[in-house]
Amino acid sequence: MSEARVTKDFTNAPLCLSGKGVTKIFGFGNKKTVAVDHVDFEFHEGEFVSIVGESGSGKTTLSKMLLGLSNATEGEIFFQGKPRDISSGRKKREYWKGIQAIFQDPFSSFNTFQKIDTVLLDCIHMRGGKNLSKEEKFNMMTEACHFVNLEFKELTNKYPFELSGGQMQRLMIARIFLLKPKILLADEPTSMVDACSRATILDMLLNLRDEIGMTVIFITHDIGLAYYISDTVYIMEHGKFVEYGKADEVILNPKAAYTKRLISDVPKIHEEWDLSTVDLMA
Amino acid sequence: MKNTLRQVFHSSKFVAGFIIFVAILLMMFIYPLINPGNPLQQIGVGTFAKPGTYVSLYDATKSPVSTFRLPDAAEKRLGTSLSEEDKVAMVEWFEAVGADISDLDTNDTEKMLEMWDEYYDPSAKPKGMIRAKILYYGRLDKSLKEMGGSDSISIADKNEEGELEETKKILDTDYVNTKDVANVKTLPLGTDNFGRDVLKELVSATGTSIRIGLIAGIVATLIGLTFGLLAGYVGGILDDIIMFVTNIFTVIPGFVLLILISYSIGQEQRGAAVVAIVIGFTSWTWTARSVRSQVISLRNRDHVNLSKLSGHSLVRIVLTDILPYIASYVVMAFILQVSSGILSEAQLSLLGLGPKTTEVPTLGLMMNWAMLYSAHTNGSWWAYFPVILTITLISFSLNLMNTGLDQVFNPTLRD
Ligand SMILES: Nc1ncnc2c1ncn2[C@@H]1O[C@H](COP(=O)(O)OP(=O)(O)O)[C@@H](O)[C@H]1O
Ligand SMILES: [Mg+2]
Repeated sequence: MSEARVTKDFTNAPLCLSGKGVTKIFGFGNKKTVAVDHVDFEFHEGEFVSIVGESGSGKTTLSKMLLGLSNATEGEIFFQGKPRDISSGRKKREYWKGIQAIFQDPFSSFNTFQKIDTVLLDCIHMRGGKNLSKEEKFNMMTEACHFVNLEFKELTNKYPFELSGGQMQRLMIARIFLLKPKILLADEPTSMVDACSRATILDMLLNLRDEIGMTVIFITHDIGLAYYISDTVYIMEHGKFVEYGKADEVILNPKAAYTKRLISDVPKIHEEWDLSTVDLMA
Repeated sequence: MKNTLRQVFHSSKFVAGFIIFVAILLMMFIYPLINPGNPLQQIGVGTFAKPGTYVSLYDATKSPVSTFRLPDAAEKRLGTSLSEEDKVAMVEWFEAVGADISDLDTNDTEKMLEMWDEYYDPSAKPKGMIRAKILYYGRLDKSLKEMGGSDSISIADKNEEGELEETKKILDTDYVNTKDVANVKTLPLGTDNFGRDVLKELVSATGTSIRIGLIAGIVATLIGLTFGLLAGYVGGILDDIIMFVTNIFTVIPGFVLLILISYSIGQEQRGAAVVAIVIGFTSWTWTARSVRSQVISLRNRDHVNLSKLSGHSLVRIVLTDILPYIASYVVMAFILQVSSGILSEAQLSLLGLGPKTTEVPTLGLMMNWAMLYSAHTNGSWWAYFPVILTITLISFSLNLMNTGLDQVFNPTLRD
C-alpha cells in the first residue's frame, strides 16, 4: 500500500454540515474549561472527514454539538448550508433523521434491559416503517445484519450483553444501514473493539459511505488510521483546529508542530503507511 | 431479569430477611383464621392479666372429679402459696439467728419450711431487730403453720331455713380434666390494660403497621421518584424549583414536620391511612435526591443519547432508558421507606399523635397504651415486650433484605 493514495477533491461538493466559531465552555470562574474553542469547519456531501486529536482535545464535545445533543456556548452550525434549527423536540427529531452516530463504547451504547431487536425495530419505525408487516420488518433486519456479516436469526431475542464488543459495534453499523442518514458521526468507533473487528468495521464504514453516499465524520486519535481512510482531516489540539486539508497533503506535508508530533508518535509497525517521506524538520 | 431474581435469592442475607418477613406476614393472615373476632374486644375486667391458660373456677367445680395422689402435690401447693416476699423475710431471719444459709435454695420449699421449724423461736429476740419486725415474724409463722393444715375446701349454700349447709367438699386429691371444663381460655400473651387479648391485638396491629409502612413507602417513593427523575433528567429551571422544595423539606427535620402535620390534622381525621400518607409525604426527600443524582449520571450515557437519536420521546426515554437502571436502587429505597414508615408510626403514636385509637390497633398504639398504663413499671412485660420484638423483627428483616439486595446490585460490597 505504499503507492500514493488518491483522494477525491470535495472543495466544490455541496455543503452538508458546517460551523462558524463553534465554542463550548464547561463551568465558569477558575473552573472554566474551554473544551472547543471557536472552530470553523466545512464538511461536504459524501466526504469522509477525520477529526484527529489526542485524548481530551475536545473531539467528543464537538461531536455532541454536531449531533445536537448539547448546545454550543457560542457560534453557529449550518445543516446543508442553512442555520440549523433544533429548538423544539419535533425539529430535533427531524434533524436526527439526517444525522446519526456510532459511539466509542459499544457496551454502553445499548440499553442492557432491551433485546437487540428493539434497537433495529426503532430504526425501521423512524424511517416510517411502523405499518410494515412482521415479515417485511424481519427481512429488513436480516438484510441490515447481513451487511455487517451478522445473522439476524442468531441474534434475535438476545440481550446486548450476550454479544461481543465487535458484534455490538457491527450492530450499530447495521442500525445506520437501516436509517440511511445524510451524515454519520463515528466517535472512535474502533478504539474499544478487538483488532480483528477493527479492520472489518472500518471496511463497513467505507462501504456504507459508498452505498448510500453519506458524509462520514470519523473521530480518532490515530493519525495513521485517519490517513488510511479519509478524504479530509482536521487536526484538533486543545479545542482548536490547528490544521486541516486533504488527508495526504496534511499528513505527508504537515505544517503544524502538533501534527508532526502526532505523526512521529505513530508506532513504527505501521510501516505500511509509509511516512518516511514526511519531513519532520521543516 | 430472571437472572437478577435468581441472584437475589442466592443472597443468604436477602433470603434470611425474606423468610422472617414472610413468616410475619403468614402469621398475620393465618392467626385471625384460628382465632377470629374483634381484636379490640375487651374480654377481661381489670388490667394486665398474666399470660397463661385460664380455667373457669365455676365450671371446674361442676366438672367430673378424678382422684390422684401425686407425691409432690403438697410441696407444689406450698411452693405457689409461699410468696417471694415471705421467702426473703425467712432468709433474713435465718441470717439473724446465725443459721448456715450458704447453700440454701429458696425454691426448695420443703427445705425452707424444715429450716423454719428448726430455727424459728417465737421467744428469740435477734439483736438489732425492731419489735414490729418480730411481730411480723410471729404472723408469718402462723400463716406458714396453717398452709399445710386443711386438706379440703367446703362449698356451702343457704338451705330453706336460711342456714349454711355444706353442698360440696373439694378434697386436695380432686382433679378435673381441663377438657371437661366448659370454659378454658389460653392467653399466650395475657391481656392489656383494657383487658384485651394481647396476642390477637398484636397480630392485628402488625398487619396495620405493615400496611401503614407500605402506604408510606409507596407515597414517599412515588413523590421522590417523580421529583428525582424530573429534576435529574429535565434539569434547568425545573431542577432548580424541585431542588428548592427538596431542600426546604430537608432543612426542616422530617419528624418535626410529621408532628406538626399530624397535630394540625386533629385526632378525629387521623385514620391509619391518613397517618401513613402524612409519613410518606414527609420522607421522600432522600429518595428524590439520590434518584436525581443517579439520573444525572445516567442522562449523558451513550445509550440515552442513542435513544434520543432514535427519536424517542422524553417519557419513553425516562421509562425505558433511565428507570430500569435505577429500579434496583428504587426498590431498595422503598424497602427502607417501609421500615422507617413503621418506625415513624410507632414514634408518633408514642407521642399520642398516631392514628385515632378507636378503630384499629397499631404497634405504636399498643406501646402507647402500655406506657400510659405503666406496664413497664408494674412488670407487665407481655404488654410491651412482644410489640418491641415485633417492630424489631420487621425492621431487621427489611434491612436484611436490603443489605442482601445491595450486595447483589453493588458487587463491590460483596465480601
Ligand atoms: N461534561 C463536562 N463537564 C466538564 N468538562 C468536560 C465535560 N465534558 C468534557 N469536558 C472537558 O472537555 C475537554 C474535552 O473533552 P472531550 O471532548 O471528551 O475530549 P476527547 O473526546 O477529545 O478525548 C476535557 O478537558 C474534558 O475534561
Ligand atoms: Mg472522546
